[in-house]
Amino acid sequence: MTEHEQTGLADDASAETATEGGTNDNRQPDRGTPIRAETVDAALDALHGEGMAGYSYAYLDEHTKREVRRATLKAIAIPGHQVPYASRPMPLARGWGTGGIQVSLSVLGPDDTFKVIDQGTDGSVNAANIRRLAEETANVSTTTDTTEADVIQTRHRIPEEVLCDDQLLVLQVPVTDPLRKVDPSDAANRKRHAHRNYGKMWVHLYENVVEWGEINIGASYPTMVAGRYLMSPSPIPRWDTPKLDDADHLSIFAAGREARIYAVPPNTRVKPLAFEDRQFTVERFPDRACHLCGSEDTFLVELSETRDGSDGRFETCYVCNDTSFCEKRHSDPDRPKDHHLDREGVDWGPGTPDVPRTTADDAASERGESG
Amino acid sequence: MTLLEAEDVRAVYGDGCVRCLETTGDRAGTNQCSRCGSIVACAEIDVSVQRGEVLGVVGESGSGKSSLAELLALERGEATVGGDVRYAGHDGNLLEVDYQTRQALRTGEIALVHQHIRDGLSLEFTGGGNVAEKLLAAGWRSFEDVRARVSELFEATEIPIERMDDPTSTYSGGMQRRVQIARALAVEPELVVLDEPTTGLDVSVQARVLDTFRRIQREHGVAAIVVSHDLGVVRLLADRTVVMRHGRIVEAGLTDRVMEDPHHEYTQTLINSVI
Ligand SMILES: Nc1ncnc2c1ncn2[C@@H]1O[C@H](COP(=O)(O)OP(=O)(O)OP(=O)(O)O)[C@@H](O)[C@H]1O
Ligand SMILES: [Mg+2]
Ligand SMILES: [Zn+2]
Repeated sequence: MTEHEQTGLADDASAETATEGGTNDNRQPDRGTPIRAETVDAALDALHGEGMAGYSYAYLDEHTKREVRRATLKAIAIPGHQVPYASRPMPLARGWGTGGIQVSLSVLGPDDTFKVIDQGTDGSVNAANIRRLAEETANVSTTTDTTEADVIQTRHRIPEEVLCDDQLLVLQVPVTDPLRKVDPSDAANRKRHAHRNYGKMWVHLYENVVEWGEINIGASYPTMVAGRYLMSPSPIPRWDTPKLDDADHLSIFAAGREARIYAVPPNTRVKPLAFEDRQFTVERFPDRACHLCGSEDTFLVELSETRDGSDGRFETCYVCNDTSFCEKRHSDPDRPKDHHLDREGVDWGPGTPDVPRTTADDAASERGESG
Repeated sequence: MTLLEAEDVRAVYGDGCVRCLETTGDRAGTNQCSRCGSIVACAEIDVSVQRGEVLGVVGESGSGKSSLAELLALERGEATVGGDVRYAGHDGNLLEVDYQTRQALRTGEIALVHQHIRDGLSLEFTGGGNVAEKLLAAGWRSFEDVRARVSELFEATEIPIERMDDPTSTYSGGMQRRVQIARALAVEPELVVLDEPTTGLDVSVQARVLDTFRRIQREHGVAAIVVSHDLGVVRLLADRTVVMRHGRIVEAGLTDRVMEDPHHEYTQTLINSVI
């Protein structure tokens, strides 16, 4: 599926690359010995050449892992708050998950099973590289099955299948601060977070509605965590954002380039910013089903391909973005997203019917809370 | 009924020392301490404002008007402030309260219209957005309510409604000043501090902005502190006036009395130089 163009998310990816280029790297604390390797292959070659001698378990030295774990624990203790940490160079291009891989390698143990997805697919070169690095250095087994994974590292998606309280989701983050959209000054934004002063973000939403008649924010939808900190949920589609609310699993967001970690602990209230009369809505795909498995309740992406007998013309169809779940649905079209749980009817992301989630009551109760 | 009462307040730029007060002020002829070099922007100031009353503050450039205005509006600048500020309905000295209390007062009861437009507005936001920010910060969460209130304020401050959704950077100086005033009035504060409301506006626009403010001020009975180096502005708006020089109040009284029968030599020169 990776060779096809996934129009739905490709735009996000390029926009993200553009922002990445413009940020300076000065504020990155880079203490300690950098690991010299340009690519995963080079890193693994080096390991094979000298054996594991001189290298730590899970590639990173113990000091680095402790640093990452410390920052992670602090992040869990202050939900939604961005915690700085000493980010290390990794044998991956920055912006390709160097933060996520540091967290994954710091928490993985030899008994763990690891899954990596890049925009919903396990098959991308980048996901495969990260998986291989963990496999060979941390001795973990890997899987593409969401329900079997202990740790799932992801770029820009949350899986369709419900995550459980024994699972850990590591999200790769290109831009940490949602306020940077309204003010490029990180110093000023840190003050705003300290004072829970989110007026400027609200003005952004107001102007959004003035311009489009509704809130027109795609990925990285700004959300309030535990009624205290405004957080970017990383460039996941709006579709995935409600999955963070009162979830059973722990989500850790890691940005290698910006050297920040933040977290949403299990059962934490995560609320997208919206007006009482202009609500948060998820992407909808009316009258569309996955071309491969027939699903109507999954996040679909557009696929353009030339098919036999079409005279070389492009045809557009829709497919599940979560390739692993798509395969399961392909063999069992009725499989629910909570098929692996004891409970049934678990509220996980948007359901099939085309009705926006009701958030008016929530909005009213939150009035004045985040001024 | 007294809304705000300030006693012996001061704002000092620099470290300050024990001789700062005696080496500065009207008699010393300077606001800079000869011993430590600190600037005593204002000191030994006693002022009060009644509900619905307009207090004028006049004085030459550098006499400490803006420093005093910021202090009274609980806006923290670079100055070290001291003294005692009481506000109706609140316990304690407002110069010493925590950030949350101060912030709550500044989003609700007390509003400041900055002397420098850029200090108060986000020029890349729309004019409407700048006004909406006040409402949103105060907890308004209905888009339609915010929209309606912003339109109402544009109308009241006579900014063309059709420009509401244009970036504030495309507004004329007079329109930007009106946006500041609309913003200040958005959540119906009890006290508005206007610092040099006519600066940078041409004379015909000045008069209209002042008329607008005076009308709204009277209709809503909002109290105001109007700071200006321009006696005409204060004469038009203020019930009572204080005159500042080298960081001290040198004369205070009913505006008419101060203008017609100035006691202090400096006030006399000020008035004569205008006439
Ligand atoms: N940030 C600062 N650092 C040091 N000194 C300052 C600062 N701001 C103001 N001052 C000094 O404090 C004194 C009072 O300044 P202030 O701006 O209060 O005067 P003002 O009466 O408002 O003048 P104007 O009519 O020009 O606006 C001046 O001597 C000024 O140079
Ligand atoms: Mg001034
Ligand atoms: Zn001194």
